[in-house]
Amino acid sequence: MITVTGASKSYGDFAALDDVSLEIPAGTLTALLGPSGSGKSTLLRSIAGLERLDAGTVVIGGRDLTAVAPQKRGIGFVFQHYAAFKHMTVRDNVAFGLSIRKRPKAEIARKVDDLLEIVGLDGFQHRYPAQLSGGQRQRMALARALAVDPEVLLLDEPFGALDAKVRADLRQWLRRLHDEVHVTTVLVTHDQEEALDVADRIAVLNKGRIEQVGDPVSLYDSPANDFVMSFLGSVATLNGVLVRPHDIELEREASVELVPQGHATPARVRARVERIVRLGFEVRVDLATDPGERFAVQMTRSQAADLDLRVGETVFARASRGQDPQLVGASAAI
Amino acid sequence: MRTSTGTRLTLRTIALGYLFALLAVPIALILWRTFGDGLGAFIDSVRTPAAISALNLSLLIVAIVVPLNVVFGVATALALVRGSFPGRGLLQAVVDLPFAVSPIVVGVSLIMLWGVDGWFGGLDRLGIRVIFGLPGMVLATIFVTLPFVVREVEPVLHEIGTDQEQAAATLGASSWQTLWRITIPAIRWGLTYGVVLTIARSLGEFGGVIMVSSGFPGVSQTLTLLVHSRYIDDHNVYGAYAAATLLMGLAVLTLLLMTVLDRKRSTT
Repeated sequence: MITVTGASKSYGDFAALDDVSLEIPAGTLTALLGPSGSGKSTLLRSIAGLERLDAGTVVIGGRDLTAVAPQKRGIGFVFQHYAAFKHMTVRDNVAFGLSIRKRPKAEIARKVDDLLEIVGLDGFQHRYPAQLSGGQRQRMALARALAVDPEVLLLDEPFGALDAKVRADLRQWLRRLHDEVHVTTVLVTHDQEEALDVADRIAVLNKGRIEQVGDPVSLYDSPANDFVMSFLGSVATLNGVLVRPHDIELEREASVELVPQGHATPARVRARVERIVRLGFEVRVDLATDPGERFAVQMTRSQAADLDLRVGETVFARASRGQDPQLVGASAAI
Repeated sequence: MRTSTGTRLTLRTIALGYLFALLAVPIALILWRTFGDGLGAFIDSVRTPAAISALNLSLLIVAIVVPLNVVFGVATALALVRGSFPGRGLLQAVVDLPFAVSPIVVGVSLIMLWGVDGWFGGLDRLGIRVIFGLPGMVLATIFVTLPFVVREVEPVLHEIGTDQEQAAATLGASSWQTLWRITIPAIRWGLTYGVVLTIARSLGEFGGVIMVSSGFPGVSQTLTLLVHSRYIDDHNVYGAYAAATLLMGLAVLTLLLMTVLDRKRSTT
């Protein structure tokens, strides 16, 4: 388990971390998610010992490591731009940590071969990093970090420099690897899709503070505040309230509806269909209200077929799932 | 930009004529004078005790200066790129000073510093001879070659960044292990260039060295000093040409080495 307590770090006037406390349970894959400048990388680098905290403590597996050098923290770190040792072969890269620890040659060779097989680089032992693709380099970097049997594995935007297809493949692969290896893993990302896809738990950071921590489903369904809501998935503003685009229903007529006592009448908004876009399995409808407010609605193809919308038509939009201000306020207290 | 054929030809002729008059003619002249009397005369002239001693002294100075420049050059480059300390800007400027200051000024200042009446003149009275001895010539040569390793290594250090070093640290390497296993191999090409330039400049150093050498043939003459004394003092014009050719041969060898290394670098 990693416990960060009261972590603060400033660069001049800029507070990268502002009194952050976070617990990362052993064996989980936790994502630190936030926009650039939110402090997520600083938090990760502080756990690694690559940044020195102005205040606060870092405890890993019961050991207070706040003042311990990165060499002695028992961590594995993977950098966004691979940090491959360019003058060494793949084998020597992966063997680096073990040869520093002066392990017997036979043991190193066996372990390196095992790891290269796990990361799918079997047969690449004698290549140089320059002869590998970005995805292969990052898998090599991962094998290198895992070679020293780290207590925690820290990944700083590991797929950030790769193209979309490779990213998606690699994060699936990382998830499977984590399920096999079970090492406590912390992944920094600014990509909400990546975090939702791969992580057991997500900590959302903003302006050096943690906004919310939880599993992906609860963060998506009951975000603590507007920031978490808009950062985790797309949103539309309907009558001044944030709603997920797939939680908006469109109707031709302003249908009469019985509103149970004590509930607010679902807000209906008159809007004009501006554009209909088919994005593979889903359909996005762009709408504009009379005051000129624009929002988008997502629906399945069959829903779109049932509605049979035309550009220029006027429809009524309402939130199909409760996301009124009271509810947002209530979940923030959790 | 498009230029007319006439302009282009004129420009080429001027450039080539310039290079020919200033580089090719003098070198060809020296070679012609040296080998005009056959290879035997040349060999005899560079096998005199004074010539052999001068060659040895020049190589000895190179052998002392290069390791010192490597160690302090890499350390200075690391400090300039990675360090943040008061006076960094000043150090940055001071490193280039040898490019600006004439070597003869260096010679004079060394005498003022280490000579019998200088600040460290006490050493001379104790029998440690800096000025008019080998240490003085080494000091003068170090001064003029100081920027080469620093300025070749610095951009490479900028380029590689600190990622690899940080990765090594997270894998358990101490800073010393990181320096040897990661940083030095990563800067090896810049360092090689710096060394080659240092060798070439050390061999050719004259102005600083002549001020601090006692100039005895066979004892304290470097190759450049030998050329000078043969021509000026001994009126041995042929000997001067022969020694100059030897000096040039060494420089060409160094340049060849650099070209070969450059080729190797682009293939790995």
